[in-house]
Amino acid sequence: MRAHYGYKDGSGDYFIIVETDKCNGCGKCVEACPYQVLEMVPNEFDLEGNPMAAVREEHRKKIKYSCAPCKPVAGERKLPCVLACEPKAIEHSW
Amino acid sequence: MITAGVDVGAKYAKVVILKDGQVIARAKALVGFDLLKSATDVFETALKDAAISRNDIQRVVATGMGRNTVVQKPPINADEAVSEVVSAAAGAHFIVPTTKTVIDVGAEEGRGIKVESGKVKDFVINERCAAGAGTFIETMARALEVQVEEMGPMALKSVNTIPMNAQCCVFAESEVVSLIHSKISKEDISKAIHDAIAGRISSMVLRVGVEKDVVLIGGVALDPGFKSPLEKELKANIIVPEYPEYVSALGAAVVAANPTR
Amino acid sequence: MSQTEVKTEYWRWPEYRNTAPNVNWNNAKAITAGVDIGSVGSKAAVLVDGELYACAAMRTGGVSEATAVKVIDWALEGTGLEIGKLNYVVGTGYGRVNVPFAKRTITEIACHARGAHYIYGPTVRTVLDIGGQDCKAIRCDDKGKVLSFLMNDKCAAGTGRGLEVFADLIRVPIREMDKVSLDVDQDPPPVSNTCVIFAKAEALALLRQGWSKEKVAAAYHIAMANRIVDLLSRVGVEKDFVITGGVAKNMGIVRRLERILNIKPLEPRMDPILAGALGAGLFAKALYEKEQGLR
Repeated sequence: MRAHYGYKDGSGDYFIIVETDKCNGCGKCVEACPYQVLEMVPNEFDLEGNPMAAVREEHRKKIKYSCAPCKPVAGERKLPCVLACEPKAIEHSW
Repeated sequence: MITAGVDVGAKYAKVVILKDGQVIARAKALVGFDLLKSATDVFETALKDAAISRNDIQRVVATGMGRNTVVQKPPINADEAVSEVVSAAAGAHFIVPTTKTVIDVGAEEGRGIKVESGKVKDFVINERCAAGAGTFIETMARALEVQVEEMGPMALKSVNTIPMNAQCCVFAESEVVSLIHSKISKEDISKAIHDAIAGRISSMVLRVGVEKDVVLIGGVALDPGFKSPLEKELKANIIVPEYPEYVSALGAAVVAANPTR
Repeated sequence: MSQTEVKTEYWRWPEYRNTAPNVNWNNAKAITAGVDIGSVGSKAAVLVDGELYACAAMRTGGVSEATAVKVIDWALEGTGLEIGKLNYVVGTGYGRVNVPFAKRTITEIACHARGAHYIYGPTVRTVLDIGGQDCKAIRCDDKGKVLSFLMNDKCAAGTGRGLEVFADLIRVPIREMDKVSLDVDQDPPPVSNTCVIFAKAEALALLRQGWSKEKVAAAYHIAMANRIVDLLSRVGVEKDFVITGGVAKNMGIVRRLERILNIKPLEPRMDPILAGALGAGLFAKALYEKEQGLR
């Protein structure tokens, strides 16, 4: 299941997408994020409720700003959460 | 040599006349629906203040959202237009030659610029969203039923930190109304508003990197409640020059004086 | 009526309650309810063995807990039932954590998908929910299980709130906005600003230039529809496509969406604003049966 966390406003589309079918609940992305943007939550969409990665409630409406420090205008772009995820379950739309 | 910079912004048109490196006139006024007329009126005011005529000016450079409306259009007859990023960098460097980072916050846009010897190295723009620019503070002032000029002094009087949940100007307006109903003081609410926009602007500036000297310009720089939360977020000292809202127009005049740039 | 002038609130939509005439709870195995506390509207649905029996929709007040009690009480009015007689209640929505008498809360995304299946049938694969302060796009399977979702509640554009701002601007009651927006010979170009604040300023200039309020309403509806399609395209649109939430009743938006997507949404057999509460009530039935099965 593709869970999109974030928003679209006049300035652009900002979504962190978690592919819950690929997410193995390891939590490495949560540790890797320098700004505590992510957390593990029980999956509310299936009966088992296995842990899956999600964007914290307080960051969902300002994800553009929360993730800004990891997206410098110049230089190489290294997103710690994406790099930490082995099953490649997490992606950024911008 | 006399040059002029015309900054046709989203809310105000600003004109600066520069003579041999000295500012000899500054003028600004609200823009109406007719941008050319608004810019022309301000231009003519500046000419009168400097006691010169258009013929005395060697070059005019335009900048701002409405810059193209005054290029080759009499009586301003701007020779060229440059983007706000270029004029902001040039203007900030002119006043503070050690400028490395410029933060320019106007009515509708916020910009973070990395500057090297007055030239733009990198930039990031917060645009098309009212929550990221001066319109946010103005809208909240209406919700608080105060003049926008009172917002800064009110924020400075606050001692409590109240978080704002809404990240949208429209939703924030409703949130302010409910905060008022919850008997939160207007000072605390104004502080929350300034913290919110400072947080957004500083996140964007971090994308170009913060290197001193950091200079804050644009209409919102006039708001005394904006500088301190911004300094806190960026962990850096910020210089606010005199007449910060004119710095981009000044920069355009500087560009006009150095056509080989 | 007093002599003082009543300020016309153009943005207010009507509140109501309803009891299904052909359903009764006397021999029911499970009487469950779902309460959906949205940031703008709150809805309650009471189900008898999984069939809608009573419902209510009202504007969310300042205190969510109080609204939750008000809306369920109103739904139960005249039915002979009271909160204590309900076997299981699930809370959902923006204020779902503030339903004090709910046994569980379930995400509004899951509830909307489930509720949409009830309202529109098992062929539903794409649910678009346009609420007062948010916009959700959900892809689901034949059982109403969520396959992909996206929610935007940061930005007022593309939500009921944006429409309210415009209704106030052109002084048209919110219920008539769609009719007004369709009252044009030809669709004008859309407003170019996504941001509601900037769009409003743009619209003011258009009005000053002589645009009629019909034309301005149309320009905003088209812009809003375009934005919604952008959001939808992230999850993809698969037939059958349905629209829920308060704005589903706005034909000005629905017609433009149809045109852009080239897909006709299914007609609802009841008020689509109830999707969240219905879904919650259905989850309540499933959870109650599971509970009973364990005993």
